[in-house]
Amino acid sequence: MKVAISSLNKLFENRVRLGIMSVLIVNDSYDFNNLKETLDVTDGNLASHLKALEENKLIKVNKQFIGRKPNTSYSITETGVTLFRSHIKALEDIIKSQ
Amino acid sequence: MENKPDYSDDIKTIKKIMEESSRFLSLSGLSGLFAGFLAILAGCIAQFGILRSKSFFFNENLSSLSVPEITSLKIKLITDALLVLLLALAGSLYFSYRKAHRKGQKIWTPVSRRLLLSLIIPLIAGAFFIMIFYLESQWQLIVPAMLIFYGLALIGAGKFTYSEVFYLGLAELLTGFSAAIFQGSAIFFWILGFGFFNLAYGLIMYRKYEG
Repeated sequence: MKVAISSLNKLFENRVRLGIMSVLIVNDSYDFNNLKETLDVTDGNLASHLKALEENKLIKVNKQFIGRKPNTSYSITETGVTLFRSHIKALEDIIKSQ
Repeated sequence: MENKPDYSDDIKTIKKIMEESSRFLSLSGLSGLFAGFLAILAGCIAQFGILRSKSFFFNENLSSLSVPEITSLKIKLITDALLVLLLALAGSLYFSYRKAHRKGQKIWTPVSRRLLLSLIIPLIAGAFFIMIFYLESQWQLIVPAMLIFYGLALIGAGKFTYSEVFYLGLAELLTGFSAAIFQGSAIFFWILGFGFFNLAYGLIMYRKYEG
């Protein structure tokens, strides 16, 4: 039981981060505004969590222009996929053992 | 004592977000029911109102008609079919909008755009193909082509909405090929494919997810 809890990734303790990873694991890429709508969070809140995930190399940022408007989209990295999968596995193991 | 974090709630949230961000779940079973009902109605109008025949084999009826009579029949049949298409599309948009609104979800999302794109490409390809059949007077192939392209569109769309749509697509595809083999019975297969299969699908989906 202790082993299982310690295998939970601290990075994913936050709900917003959990949400970001859940969206990105099933979508090739997702832009900022759509993430904001899907997760129903504020700009600042979402931006700070995206930054944290990016710094830990779990997600990648792609900046481009659509017409003259800048558009920022995010996609998950291989590390991100591996860590998030094992986080889900750990959660499931804990639930089973409870 | 400190509150224990609710891990099963975490899992539920993850699953919900994964599903909602990759599948458009506001598609309503009522759309299928409505489209199926319209298609059966239109099929009956075509058969008993326009062709006025007890037989589904309309090729036999045509050989006895003059060219202007055939042209007028064609225009009536096309109008009948286009009306159903427009009404069915309007219905499915309306019912989806209503369902999304009730669940507090948006209808214009990245996944609904992908769903629309995967539907529209085979449908537009089909429309052009059918226009060529029409201009070349190959109109025995029009109904089979409608069913086949509709089936292909649904098979592709199944990835972005309820997976049952994929099986509806397969059924339409098979109906389309049957209609191509039994060419005289186009209206029968139209009613079966666009009518009964959509109706059955709508009923199953409505009872499973909305009932």
